[in-house]
Amino acid sequence: MSLEEVKVEPKQKFLDIYQEHINDIKNGSPDYINEIREKAIKQFEILGIPDKKDENYKYTDLNNEFDNGYKMYLSPKNIKFEVNDIFTCDVPDLNTKVILLLNGWYYDRENLIHELPGGAIIGSFQAAAKRYPELVKKHFANYAKMDKEGLVAMNTAFSQDGVFFYVPKGVVIEKPIQIINILMDEEEGFTQHRNLFILEDNSEASIVVCDHTLSRPNFLTNSVSEIFVGKNADLKYSRMQNEHNGSKQVSNLYLHQERDSRVNANTISLHGGLIRNNVHVMLGGEGCENTTTGLYLTDKGQHIDNYMYMDHAYPNCTSNQLFKGVLDDFATGAFSGKVLVRKDAQKTQAFQSNNNILLTDDADIKTKPQLEIYADDVKCSHGATVGQLDLDALFYMRTRGIPKKEAKLLLMSAFAYDVIKTIQVPALQERIQDLVDKRLRGELSRCNSCQMHCC
Amino acid sequence: MLSIKNLHANIEGKEILKGIDFEVKAGEVHAIMGPNGSGKSTLASVLAGREIFEVTEGKVDYFEKDLLEMTPEERASEGIFLGFQYPIEIPGVSMVNFMKTAVNQQRKHKGLEPMSSSDFLKLMREKKDLVELDAALASRSVNEGFSGGEKKRNEIFQMAMLEPKLSILDETDSGLDIDALRIVANGVNKLKSKDNATIVITHYQRLLDYIVPDFVHVLYNGRIIKSGGKELALELEEKGYDWLKKGVDL
Ligand SMILES: Nc1ncnc2c1ncn2[C@@H]1O[C@H](COP(=O)(O)OP(=O)(O)OP(=O)(O)O)[C@@H](O)[C@H]1O
Ligand SMILES: [Mg+2]
Repeated sequence: MSLEEVKVEPKQKFLDIYQEHINDIKNGSPDYINEIREKAIKQFEILGIPDKKDENYKYTDLNNEFDNGYKMYLSPKNIKFEVNDIFTCDVPDLNTKVILLLNGWYYDRENLIHELPGGAIIGSFQAAAKRYPELVKKHFANYAKMDKEGLVAMNTAFSQDGVFFYVPKGVVIEKPIQIINILMDEEEGFTQHRNLFILEDNSEASIVVCDHTLSRPNFLTNSVSEIFVGKNADLKYSRMQNEHNGSKQVSNLYLHQERDSRVNANTISLHGGLIRNNVHVMLGGEGCENTTTGLYLTDKGQHIDNYMYMDHAYPNCTSNQLFKGVLDDFATGAFSGKVLVRKDAQKTQAFQSNNNILLTDDADIKTKPQLEIYADDVKCSHGATVGQLDLDALFYMRTRGIPKKEAKLLLMSAFAYDVIKTIQVPALQERIQDLVDKRLRGELSRCNSCQMHCC
Repeated sequence: MLSIKNLHANIEGKEILKGIDFEVKAGEVHAIMGPNGSGKSTLASVLAGREIFEVTEGKVDYFEKDLLEMTPEERASEGIFLGFQYPIEIPGVSMVNFMKTAVNQQRKHKGLEPMSSSDFLKLMREKKDLVELDAALASRSVNEGFSGGEKKRNEIFQMAMLEPKLSILDETDSGLDIDALRIVANGVNKLKSKDNATIVITHYQRLLDYIVPDFVHVLYNGRIIKSGGKELALELEEKGYDWLKKGVDL
């Protein structure tokens, strides 16, 4: 017998943790959730954590990233802080009701559920699963399919809390809801939260999600958000990723759209050591419109991988994808976007583009836009570019007295603006423009008046 | 103001400028003419600081300073303006933002405070009128989708905004209709003073009817093969370049 320590695969480690802590994990969740949990862990056992052998994870070896001894948060950790002390977001016009998640758990443990005017609900996912079983049961694990994604299965098996947001039929939530994911601890941590947002028919809402790290240690996040957008409903969703460079996150967003619904979703990645965004959109009825955009600004050793799957299952839907990125230093990235137009999805209009600027020879991006079309009467296009800053434009600006550095910034800012202008929450658009300019200048460590030290 | 001595410049190892000498004094207008590919734009680019051209020999003094040591932005702030033969489109950068940055960066270089927004907009309006630039153009991205003539007019507009000491206008007249030519030339003339100077690069005498040069130089194969007064332009118009090329050592 060898005395060498047998290397335990990360998958096995998590399976062991699951069995060992099964009571903690199940505690607090209703039976119908725990039943799904059992299925999920079996599925996770089959699929495991994707590594580079997986075609969809060719450029981001997650198996490696999950191979760590980070502590998991199987119950809420009590860190008391005065929200206003550390956080005053100066994005004007955002809902005063800021929802905080701390290490994956709903922060305000005294008020887990808020009922909003018109019958809308926002609060802890765990509490909502108990209080509104019919509502949650109808949607939970329905869109985030675990038959293909090992990490979705893993999240479904382990996750206990997150944000639940419900907008009943015909209700319009005027002000955007802001959700802030805070990571804060003295030791390295691994969180897996689970969000469920339900917008019933003819409802409207805007959601702004910000990811922040508030303390130095490294963090890993594997989150899943499921969003149901009912018939003729309208969702504006913006995500701001601004974690420090010792953090790694996999974010799985599943959007299900019913007929005539409209979704505008943007992800702005400003900081973060490793970011993998999976966005799955199901256009599940006729006449859907979807705009999904992403902007990533990376430098040093950052790595960003955007994966996008747009499923045109019904006729007369329109989708627009625009992903743009600037990579500096030795940052690396990947973009993979798939548009599937099913046989019956006639009159589909689907557009996708991915444009990248590499500022150095060491920065690198792999881009793979793909169209898979089985209908014949469609209008689709896709394209990808990887280039440098336009030298002629730089020289032109310099001959007007604009220093090289400023000229570069103007060009990068113009490049980024194409994505920023797709943000439909006006106050946020301006704010993000500002943050992006700061980020490009290398001055961004946090939003202006926000006390959170993101990086 | 400007003194060029034995200037040689290469691109990718190929010599384009093969020893240029000339001198520009305040208040003067110089015209540079010459066949296609003779190096006129190259000379303009080298003076503006384009890095892809390598200066292999020679010297350029600008107000007693070594011009070749300066970055393009320093040259601009010290009063050199290049009107491009092919102005560059910069999608996403608005004319206003572009000009404001340029004006304020040049002011910064001179130790001046940035211009207030209202002063700046006033200046924009004033100069726009001077070159009769369509107001709508100023609210668009730099040169993006501008017609050929609009781009040229925009160059003169920028020149008017920046009030340079030495303007180098590279074929600003080509692509302009007669009215536009007159407007552009008027713009140049209005900005002319005893303290500044202009180098116009052109193929056509007709511009020189409006902007009357003190000197005309013929650039051929990287060298100035003839210099003269304004009557030289008329002679070229009539006879072409062949009579000059003869006997020039290639
Ligand atoms: N970027 C470049 N790479 C290689 N060769 C170049 C480059 N720029 C200019 N040249 C060459 O240098 C020579 C001079 O070009 P230049 O543009 O200066 O001519 P010009 O006198 O301005 O001509 P025109 O009247 O057509 O504008 C030409 O042979 C041209 O092909
Ligand atoms: Mg030329």
